[in-house]
Amino acid sequence: MNFTQGLEELKTRDQVWSFMQEDVPVDISHQVILYVEGLNLSFDGFKALNDLNLYVNDGELRCLIGANGAGKTTLMDVITGKTACDSGSVFFGQTHNLLNRDEAEIAQLGIGRKFQKPTVFEALSVFDNLELSLKSNKGVIATLLARLSTEQSDRILQVLDTIGLQAQGTMLAGSLSHGQKQWLEIGMLLVSEPRLLLIDEPVAGMTAEEGERTAELLISLAGERTVIVVEHDMEFVRSIARTVTVLHQGSVLAEGSMDQIQNNQAVIDVYLGESQ
Amino acid sequence: MISFSNFLQARSSVSSASNGAVLPFVILLFIATLSCALGNLLFDADSLFYVSTYTITLLGKYLCYALLALAVDIIWGYCGILSLGHGAFFALGGYAMGMYLMRQIGDRGVYGNPELPDFMVFLDWQQLPWYWQGFDQFWFAMVMVALVPGLLAFVFGWLAFRSRVTGVYLSIITQALTYALLLAFFRNEMGFGGNNGLTDFKDILGYSLQADSTRVALLITTAIAVALVLVVSQLILKSRMGKVIIAIRDTEARARFLGYRTDRYKVWLFVYSAVIAGIAGALYVPQVGIINPGEFAPLNSIEIVVWVAIGGRGTLVGAIVGALLVNYAKTRFTAIMPEVWLFALGGLFVLVTLFLPKGLAGLASDLKHKFIARNTKNQQVQN
Repeated sequence: MNFTQGLEELKTRDQVWSFMQEDVPVDISHQVILYVEGLNLSFDGFKALNDLNLYVNDGELRCLIGANGAGKTTLMDVITGKTACDSGSVFFGQTHNLLNRDEAEIAQLGIGRKFQKPTVFEALSVFDNLELSLKSNKGVIATLLARLSTEQSDRILQVLDTIGLQAQGTMLAGSLSHGQKQWLEIGMLLVSEPRLLLIDEPVAGMTAEEGERTAELLISLAGERTVIVVEHDMEFVRSIARTVTVLHQGSVLAEGSMDQIQNNQAVIDVYLGESQ
Repeated sequence: MISFSNFLQARSSVSSASNGAVLPFVILLFIATLSCALGNLLFDADSLFYVSTYTITLLGKYLCYALLALAVDIIWGYCGILSLGHGAFFALGGYAMGMYLMRQIGDRGVYGNPELPDFMVFLDWQQLPWYWQGFDQFWFAMVMVALVPGLLAFVFGWLAFRSRVTGVYLSIITQALTYALLLAFFRNEMGFGGNNGLTDFKDILGYSLQADSTRVALLITTAIAVALVLVVSQLILKSRMGKVIIAIRDTEARARFLGYRTDRYKVWLFVYSAVIAGIAGALYVPQVGIINPGEFAPLNSIEIVVWVAIGGRGTLVGAIVGALLVNYAKTRFTAIMPEVWLFALGGLFVLVTLFLPKGLAGLASDLKHKFIARNTKNQQVQN
């Protein structure tokens, strides 16, 4: 947020100033944790997002599908603050406007993200990767003085157990295999205890067996946390999804259960139709 | 599930293996410094153990360069910010010390003016400019040695890192920064002695700069500064903040999505590094006896990067060793074949980049690993 915007905000009288609401809990009294309304974004005339509306309930496991260029990753970029949108609104709970926050603030609110390509800190050990992901004060001085508490190391060991990397704890993350890096990144999300997880293609590069374990993990997370998964693998989507949202050319084409989606004529025409 | 204590043990052994060189190095540094100091003060000029004052000053100069190399290594090796303008912070620290030393001359200058340095009398200035006030106090000058480079680094870093300027663009602006300062300090109107800079220093804290004992004291001070910076930097880089810094170097976007304000980490590390460079400059000036705008030359800043690359970036001791070796080679080479030196330096840089991407420190740890591997193999064979 720049300075003039800050001054503008001081003049508005119908909402609480954002600098005063540091520790306001996420308000989910209407059961909805993520509101995306009228989102527009174009890159040099190409409409990446076109009047996109999406509501995600608290504790839901939602799958986003759609062809390449449908706007799935762009939507995640907007939600996590990486890309600014042209118009529209994104609210986390009822009070937190995500559009005037940067990536770090959004992450501190409890929105975790896993990238399409596994990105871990290769020069650090697996354990250190998880330590950095812990939910803690992320300020410069706080991290300079930080000591790992027993609960924190227990939490890390527990997550190492969950992701099956106990034996690799002291190894450098860079020496892990592709699938193990995917798991480590999921572990980094778990250890940060986010409210909302955005997961981009979790099973890319995993074996069928690993994919199944991922599916189980995601299903077990839902309820306690809200999970949004972007995935191309239809088998995988079928195995985990309660509700599926189909994106097409930057807006929502259809939403519903997997069966409804598969029988939706519009979806069959633009997406599923291609594979049949 | 493995037990917690086992885990911590394994962790500490991994980290001490990669950074264990600090303590032995500090001990070695002190032994070397003290024996040189004693060699200079206790023995006669014709004794075998005599260390000339020239050597003492040369060593002090090398250690200042080592400190400067540490500053660059911290920011480049650990955070991936290639600063090609660290010579500017070094020179600013040097100027702050130079201003103090100028004020110490008092009325012993050529023109005998008790207040104004010679070059100001020569320019027909009537009174001391406001920014020269206070530099007659040692403590004030020392505060400025840290504050001026630190403040410049803060403003520069804040603007650059907030706007997410990275990589080669950042390197180019740092070059521009040091070049702009070079041009500014060349101007007589700036009030820093123009192209002659500040020189003809007489004494520091009341001790003559020509005296052997002062020279030795300066060498020892520099060695202590190197050791302190080494230990403090090691502590910072081993803390969780150090891990965040390495994380930023590897994938800054990921660190941001974990909730770290990466720009703030970069700004503060940059300030820390600039302050170290300033201190190095302040220790350098009394030992070489002059500071002039030539220290701002872009080429100087690039040379520092070469020292660090040769020594091994990302290892603190490596940077120091690189600075010491290259500067020793420079002293030798420029005495024997001055015209070849720059080619030799350039060639060395190319060779190191091609064949020793981790520098000499990387080579040393590779050899160590090979040696350990062979030893364990031999033991297995014997068993």
